[in-house]
Amino acid sequence: MRRKVRTVRFLAQSYNRPPAPSGWALSFVPQSVPGRVVTAASATEIAPEDLGPIYRTMLLARSLDERCLAMQRQGRIGFYAPVMGQEAAQVAGAWALDPADWVFPAYRELGVALVRGVTLDELFDQFFGNSADRMKGRQMPNHYGYRDRNFVVGSSPIGTQIIQAVGAALAARRRKDPIVTIPFFGDGATSSNDFHAGLNFGGVFQAPTIFFCQNNGWAISLPRSRQTAAKTLADKGVAYGVPGVVVDGNDVHQVFRAVREARARALSGAGPTLIEVQVYRLGAHSTSDDPHRYRTDAEVAEWKKQDPIGRLKHELIEAGQWSEDQDAKLLEEVRAEISAAVTRTEAIGPADPLSFLDDVFATRTLQLDEQRHQLEEMLHSGLVKP
Amino acid sequence: MTEVTLVQAVNRALRTAMSADPEVLLLGEDIGVNGGVFRATEGLLKDFGADRVIDTPLSETGIVGAAVGMALYGLKPVAEIQFLDFIYPGFDQIVSELAKFRYRSGGQYPCHVVIRSPYGGGIKGGLYHSQSTEAYFAHTAGLKVVVPSTPADAYGLLLSSIFDPDPVIFLEPKRIYRTVTGEVPEGDQRVPIGRARTVREGTDVSVFAYGAMIPPATEACQAAEADGVSAELIDLRTLVPLDAGAVLASVEKTGRAVIVHEAARFCGYGAEIAAILAEKAFFSLKAPIHRVTGFDTPFPYALENLYLPNAARIRQAIVDTVRAG
Ligand SMILES: Cc1ncc(C[n+]2csc(CCOP(=O)(O)OP(=O)(O)O)c2C)c(N)n1
Ligand SMILES: [Mg+2]
Repeated sequence: MRRKVRTVRFLAQSYNRPPAPSGWALSFVPQSVPGRVVTAASATEIAPEDLGPIYRTMLLARSLDERCLAMQRQGRIGFYAPVMGQEAAQVAGAWALDPADWVFPAYRELGVALVRGVTLDELFDQFFGNSADRMKGRQMPNHYGYRDRNFVVGSSPIGTQIIQAVGAALAARRRKDPIVTIPFFGDGATSSNDFHAGLNFGGVFQAPTIFFCQNNGWAISLPRSRQTAAKTLADKGVAYGVPGVVVDGNDVHQVFRAVREARARALSGAGPTLIEVQVYRLGAHSTSDDPHRYRTDAEVAEWKKQDPIGRLKHELIEAGQWSEDQDAKLLEEVRAEISAAVTRTEAIGPADPLSFLDDVFATRTLQLDEQRHQLEEMLHSGLVKP
Repeated sequence: MTEVTLVQAVNRALRTAMSADPEVLLLGEDIGVNGGVFRATEGLLKDFGADRVIDTPLSETGIVGAAVGMALYGLKPVAEIQFLDFIYPGFDQIVSELAKFRYRSGGQYPCHVVIRSPYGGGIKGGLYHSQSTEAYFAHTAGLKVVVPSTPADAYGLLLSSIFDPDPVIFLEPKRIYRTVTGEVPEGDQRVPIGRARTVREGTDVSVFAYGAMIPPATEACQAAEADGVSAELIDLRTLVPLDAGAVLASVEKTGRAVIVHEAARFCGYGAEIAAILAEKAFFSLKAPIHRVTGFDTPFPYALENLYLPNAARIRQAIVDTVRAG
């Protein structure tokens, strides 16, 4: 399968925005996506104007973590997998994409979702599984997708999205759509069948895919060293003929640059890239996990020194563009925004009890119709309650 | 109309679908240059090109996973799994992903992949080239399961499957790939999914079978005439969704049921048919339901003729059922 070399002409058009002005000041837009992207499509450096919105989006993700962990403890949501420590990797990585690119997330991709324009209300609708939830209350929190944002719906099985992203990339190429697909996955996922299949197919067919691996040091209780004897995860690309690069995932600039370069490479027809983004999972694996069983506080404290949010804040303050005062105000603003979204969405009623029998197929089979009818009667007689 | 074998009918259906719709493409092992190990895709590479007849690396996870991604993007991939026995590396992609995309996305992501795979015994294939494991797929919500037994049905049902909005597991009875011949229409003439076919009408007993069991079941029904028994034979054709109406109507008429499949008996597809009859046609039944199936063992190589239901066993079951009440 050979294909014509594609230029990034289309992308330049799709962005078609004026170049970044030279004197810059941070502007913090309320929702991340609509105001984002001053950075030209082909640029490998983040435009200074974008650093503000990037920082805000990271802070929003961190604040969402705090709120959701608290709400899980209060019994208001059933489960939560925090992103803490991976905000720079996710926000800068997603920032480097075109809105037309297809994201294939795992369950920890909150930062990516925010950049794709998934709203706070949409997130909380999903966490509550209420009647406004696009997933119709069928999935655990953190498992969501929004077709109109090219953010494919995730699942729990580790790694499955990696090979799917390659298939979608081949489909896009067949349709001559100048986009890339980008699966997000963890260090643990590099041991999965689907990682192997994905990298292998990606290499053989030179798919326009960016393999975005967030090595956060842990797969629940297992350290990265238990996943592979390879020196780096990026090394694993070699055997597939897929170049691998390692970047510091606490540095928005490095991540952005790596994704932009991989993207240009993919679109030029030169094939996929495996990016190992080195981060650290500062929080628990999920609300069901107690990390004290397998790692020390000292290790966590060491990594906290590289907290991606602190790091970008420091950079902005150093540049004279930001202050602690402004930061405190922004945090307040972001928290208020979250509170408002929680208030709105928590008031929305639960999913229609009969709706879980839909969408198994395009139309209900006779068997499902019959079971729906039986459920209706059981609900009516009070035999079962939602 | 021309006479073709079952595997040729598959080939023709693929050709018809690919000619009608440029978004239909094939992927699998040895399907391109080699035309498939059973020649189901013979000639298609030459006519449709390597972009649409894709020889893949040896990875069922990869074949199914890539097909899923293509379907999410909107293409209509038809994946070939060389033997049903080798589908398990791709099982997770089928069960966890393909079957659940529409559901878990609240309807946002339909995922219409067709997975074609030769199944079943009787070709001296041993444990790993003979299995009939349709029940795994029928048990998974979100998958349609289709098993043709004639060239015409293979042709019409495969076309329906390719243009169906849902994922379809399309199981091809390889034992009769070349032993049954029949006419197939030209062009996009589909056989609807979800309807059983009455192979022959009868009044004393209903025989339910599918795929490679249709020829021995037909022979058995004919032979049972000599025993004074009028047997009705229903080819289920679509295991999911089941044409329960046809199953019940037949037993309400005959009052007796024999269920035939070559898969192992325990929790086999026949158990579901028996359960439906017990639940919904109990008062029409005049005799216990009888199953003629493979054994609850792995598939044996040298003694496969003992494992597989044959016409004599089916005939005996028919006669026993009628004599029982
Ligand atoms: C196939 C599969 N096996 C096991 C699990 C249970 N599980 C959930 S998350 C996880 C660890 C994943 O680690 P990694 O890929 O590094 O992602 P991270 O959680 O660190 O983001 C495991 C074992 C699963 N979801 N899927
Ligand atoms: Mg990890």
